[in-house]
Amino acid sequence: MSAAETLDARGLLCPLPVIRTQDRVKGLPPGTIVEVLATDVGTLHDIPAWCRVHGHEVLSMMDQDGVNLGPAGDEAGTAPQGIKAGSEICIRLRVGA
Amino acid sequence: MAKQPKAVALISGGLDSMLAAKVVMDQGVHVEGINFFTGFCVEGHTHAIREKDRAKPKRNNALWVAEQLGIKLHIIDVIEEYKDVLLNPKHGYGANLNPCLDCKIFMVNKALAWSFMEENGFDFIITGEVIGQRPKSQRKETMPVIARESGAQDRLLRPLCAKLLPETHPEREGWVDRGALFDFHGRNRKPQIALAESLGFSDWSQPAGGCCFLTDAQYSAKLTDLWQAQGSRAYELDDIMLLKVGRHIRPNERFKLIVGREEGENRYLEGYRRRFTSLHATSHKGPLALVDGDADDDELALAARILARYGQGRDADSVTIAITQPNAVASEVTVAPLPPSQIPAQWHVGS
Repeated sequence: MSAAETLDARGLLCPLPVIRTQDRVKGLPPGTIVEVLATDVGTLHDIPAWCRVHGHEVLSMMDQDGVNLGPAGDEAGTAPQGIKAGSEICIRLRVGA
Repeated sequence: MAKQPKAVALISGGLDSMLAAKVVMDQGVHVEGINFFTGFCVEGHTHAIREKDRAKPKRNNALWVAEQLGIKLHIIDVIEEYKDVLLNPKHGYGANLNPCLDCKIFMVNKALAWSFMEENGFDFIITGEVIGQRPKSQRKETMPVIARESGAQDRLLRPLCAKLLPETHPEREGWVDRGALFDFHGRNRKPQIALAESLGFSDWSQPAGGCCFLTDAQYSAKLTDLWQAQGSRAYELDDIMLLKVGRHIRPNERFKLIVGREEGENRYLEGYRRRFTSLHATSHKGPLALVDGDADDDELALAARILARYGQGRDADSVTIAITQPNAVASEVTVAPLPPSQIPAQWHVGS
């Protein structure tokens, strides 16, 4: 499934990747796949949290080597083991209704 | 059937705004949250940068609160607009460079503009303000100032201290029962904690200083130094981000060094090497430093001696330091680490 929209949020620190995602998703039709590229590990928690409160669905979260980083959003909200600050992260989400 | 009233709640991520939103939601009002990013917010960035903070929660507290409440949260980038609030506060600053009263007026005004936009159609605004909670912005006499100067007037409801304030539009309309609101005042947190527990909350964020770097004396000193050095009170996002990172050492008015204090900060500073001349030791392990300003060769040699002081070669006779220009042209100098006694305390900005 290819992404219809790609957002480059690399180099931005939270909450800017969330804000950019919010602005990009606004007005997109439900079902649209959006791919967010980021480097801040905080996005692994903030973007899923933002998706949950707005009814969007996180499909996957990978690092630059294709290693699965999800599911995030654990209670403690700590960075996943093995993910280093500065690593490239790709989060794919599906826009909700 | 009457239309369900809609309110937008300013959500900071702290306890008070969470409670204010919740007590109004419990009266049957549709509530959505709004949160403003000024660039000076404490959490998130600092946790993302500093290695020692990696074990701490990286959650965005405003988003976390929204999840607890089950409401939407709209995060608004106000970095550019906020500059005028910080640089020209009508009501002045607090203890440091915190323009708290102007900030609150600005945010309520922004929430008002956002909430009454045709597509959003909200009826009133909620804040978690408590009379007497903050010395600058949350006083009995500032409450009407915020309501008036933001333009919200009586569409601004402070549920936690509403009983101490004049009746507002949502109360008169019967959307909110004034009898079920509160009369909290002062800096005592016990009433809020008791209310939180009665509402079933067991976890909340309690950021000191209200989660804004501008309330921090050290940060404010760095910002003042930045303005003095550049000869104007202006800033870009990168400027204020870099003030959150590293030791800032200014030997003279022409340049300062930003020295990473640990690995996370070094990685963050790496991202600025195409914008600043950078230094790092090649003969020993040590931090990365950025040179902010126009340093000549003698000053770069001094910068190298200062940096050598902060690496594993601090006690060595000499340390080799690579000096890399923003265009990646690099050179090396071998220097003696500067003894601590030759780094005057006043060189350390904000400490």
